[in-house]
Amino acid sequence: MTAPAAAAAMVGRPTRGDGGRAAIDVSGLAPGGFGHRGLMWWGTLGIVFIEGTAFALTIAAYFYLRTRNAQWPPDAVAPPALFWGTLNVAIQLASGIPNHLAKKAAEHVDLRRVRLWLVVQLVFGVAFNAVRAVEFLNLNVLWNTDAYGSVVWLLLSLHTTHILTDFLDTAVLAALMFFGPIEEKRFVDVEENAVYWYFVVAAWVPIYGVIYWAPRLI
Amino acid sequence: MLEDPTGLERTWADAPGALGWLRSVDHKAIGRRYLATASVMFLFAGALAATMRLQLSRPENPFIGPDLYDQIFATHGTTMMFLFAVPVMQGFGIYFVPLMVGARAIAFPRLVAFSYWMYLGGCIFLYLSLFLNTGPDVGWFSYPPLSEQLFSPTKRPDVWAQMITWTEVASLAVAVSIITTAFKMRAPGMALNRVPIFVWAQVVTSFMVIFAMPAVMMASTALILDRLVSTHFFDVDRGGDALLFQHLFWFFGHPEVYIIFIPGTGIVSTIVSTFSRRAMVGYLPVVLSLVSTAFIGFGLWVHHMFATGVPQLGASFFTAASIMIAIPTGAQFFCWIATMWSGRVELKSPMLWLLGFFWVFLIGGLTGVMLASVPLNVQLHDTFFVVAHFHYVLIGGAVFPLVAAIYYWYPKLVGRMMSERLAAWAFGLFFVGFNVTFFPMHLLGLHGMPRRVYTYLPQTGWGPLNLLASSGALLMAAGVLTLMADAVRARRVGALAGDDPWNAGTLEWATASPPPNSNFIEPPTVGSLDPLWEDPPDQPVVVGLRSDARDVLVTHVLDTEPDHRTVFPDPSIWPLATAIATSAMFAGSIFTSWAVVYGSIPMFIAMVGWFWPKSPDEGGTQPWPIEHRTLPLPNEAPQGAMP
Ligand code: HEM
Repeated sequence: MTAPAAAAAMVGRPTRGDGGRAAIDVSGLAPGGFGHRGLMWWGTLGIVFIEGTAFALTIAAYFYLRTRNAQWPPDAVAPPALFWGTLNVAIQLASGIPNHLAKKAAEHVDLRRVRLWLVVQLVFGVAFNAVRAVEFLNLNVLWNTDAYGSVVWLLLSLHTTHILTDFLDTAVLAALMFFGPIEEKRFVDVEENAVYWYFVVAAWVPIYGVIYWAPRLI
Repeated sequence: MLEDPTGLERTWADAPGALGWLRSVDHKAIGRRYLATASVMFLFAGALAATMRLQLSRPENPFIGPDLYDQIFATHGTTMMFLFAVPVMQGFGIYFVPLMVGARAIAFPRLVAFSYWMYLGGCIFLYLSLFLNTGPDVGWFSYPPLSEQLFSPTKRPDVWAQMITWTEVASLAVAVSIITTAFKMRAPGMALNRVPIFVWAQVVTSFMVIFAMPAVMMASTALILDRLVSTHFFDVDRGGDALLFQHLFWFFGHPEVYIIFIPGTGIVSTIVSTFSRRAMVGYLPVVLSLVSTAFIGFGLWVHHMFATGVPQLGASFFTAASIMIAIPTGAQFFCWIATMWSGRVELKSPMLWLLGFFWVFLIGGLTGVMLASVPLNVQLHDTFFVVAHFHYVLIGGAVFPLVAAIYYWYPKLVGRMMSERLAAWAFGLFFVGFNVTFFPMHLLGLHGMPRRVYTYLPQTGWGPLNLLASSGALLMAAGVLTLMADAVRARRVGALAGDDPWNAGTLEWATASPPPNSNFIEPPTVGSLDPLWEDPPDQPVVVGLRSDARDVLVTHVLDTEPDHRTVFPDPSIWPLATAIATSAMFAGSIFTSWAVVYGSIPMFIAMVGWFWPKSPDEGGTQPWPIEHRTLPLPNEAPQGAMP
């Protein structure tokens, strides 16, 4: 068929179903889906890319400034105290366990377990945010001391924003699972939240390496 | 099986009245708002440009002084790059990507609504500041050390830096929504090799936004931290380095040029194909060029910094990369020529503007190749040659295709046709005016006239060429006014357009003009790249979506097998509330860093309001208690028998 004729035919097609028209019926499809089937998963992935880029650029800025300074950390500044940062690696990695269990519970639409593991996650969240506050106090440098201090504070603050917002998100979600109108779709939200939690925790490992080990090893 | 369009249309409608307007999450309404706001920004920045040209029209002109001139050129550049060029392209994406893939909505509609309010917040903030004599005054990229507290003790660079945050939040949100729409909401049958090139261009651009915009946010955040809480990122005395800003900025800034330009090429391909009355020649090479342009674009950031003395080997590498980018661009040019050559070209108004694009962009590309060579770059650095070059690229690469897009899609947006005769006038005035304005700037640059000067001495002999350039700007303004007048006129009295006035091949023309609330009363399926041209008349439609809720079809990323349905949110005031709370925090943070703490409380409240489900069955899934899981896991086969 020539293009214009086909075009004319298409334009003329009925805009109301006329019954006789070929159709695919999607009414039997499920009203949602877990994981990468769903739109939320892709949205989360986009956010992970954006924030991952921000982390990577800040780490790059750290090493760039490193090359501009003969001494790193500069004179009379001790590297950050290892204990608290390392403790936080342990706590955050351990929080992967309730996270995983919450995710699994969500995939089984098991409300009781979802509630349980979300609460456990929140306990972990309180712990690593509290330890984070202590970390700031043990950096041995202030943001306005020098460029080293600035970039270390920026890195740590950037990650703190994430653990803090992820904690709040999870708190709201947990509140929803206890008090809100619950439907099956909410379990997909729990699953997505777990994916993001993994990202935030995973991001801490390289950032920890940079903040705590780069000044010692490099 | 019969759909009832009235019920369906009511489900997808916005409530009437001002509140309904503020709550809208319809991608068509938001896309229109983006386009309208960006056009206003173009007019504002254009008025600033006209003021600059008036000032430069003769030597030692007493019209405006250096302080105001600085604010004007910086605000002009900032507006054009951040508040016009990117948002206007995203506005077309928001409106047309869902229509072109045959979807009923854009993914994450409330996020898109939020992004618009953020964008509007950034616009208002910038122009309010300029009006209060606090407009940015250190250029559109605000390099430190000039932008540091020591040299700029005003609030002007803070305004610049925060404006960046506003607009980048907006464009990142849009990027995520567009990618998700294009990946997961395409009509059944629209496999990857049937995705319209415009959609590809929007997807590639969105990926560039995702990887580039964080860099400028980091740069502007570090700058504002230096200024407000005394960090030392760019302070050489305390171990910082001003070049760090430049690296971060151009890691964004060069891709930015392609972020502006790639949607433009998508528009060109769309229009060339329609008016050559044939499918695009070289669909695959064009798509691959788009993708490779994106990759090379990231390798190019250093070429803006040749004058800073980067190491020799690095300089050679980046020269090579700068020249390499000509390859994919060239490939697209050849595909367009081949399409027109082998088709039957109809010289309608959109095509006219494309011819302008071909010419202008070619010159911009040629001077770009000149600037990519390190010795010339060092010589011409910061002269009007550079101003001429980037206006050829930006106006050629973005504004000409954009106006072509306005003529092309106006009938879809409004339902009426613009005048072909006035289009020819607008084009003639703008095209001649453009070249008269910017071509002499090449010569001025070669004669040594620096950019960003508010005046010059008569002895320089630059007067006549400047006067010529300024008179060209008048012609351009006349062209823009003609275009606007026609747009206003055609809204009321233009000829009715019908569904497909250009006999085009892509899906946005398969529905009414303007489209119904639900986009497609019967969502389409497709069997080819240009379904309106090539699909048989009995190509199946999609039935079985709910009409009492905003039910949309989600398909598989690669083969677009129908996968599941999902119910989209109803209109909501929370995106606006969240944007207001966020804006208040951003604006406050310029004055006290505590605003970040206080401001996050209303933000948190607004976000909870946003996410808290409104009615138990909003999601269209079963309310509690649930006996067993019904939604499929990622690795399960889709539920529901397909024919
Ligand atoms: C509509 C007609 C336009 C005119 C008459 C115009 C005119 C000018 C002039 C005269 C300058 C140089 C000021 C100086 O260095 O002293 C300038 C700078 C600039 N223009 Fe335009 N322009 C126009 C459109 C655009 C567009 C569409 C864009 C981008 C999409 C743009 C982006 C810029 C940028 C980024 C600068 C540099 C600002 C800076 O130095 O920081 N302009 N424009």
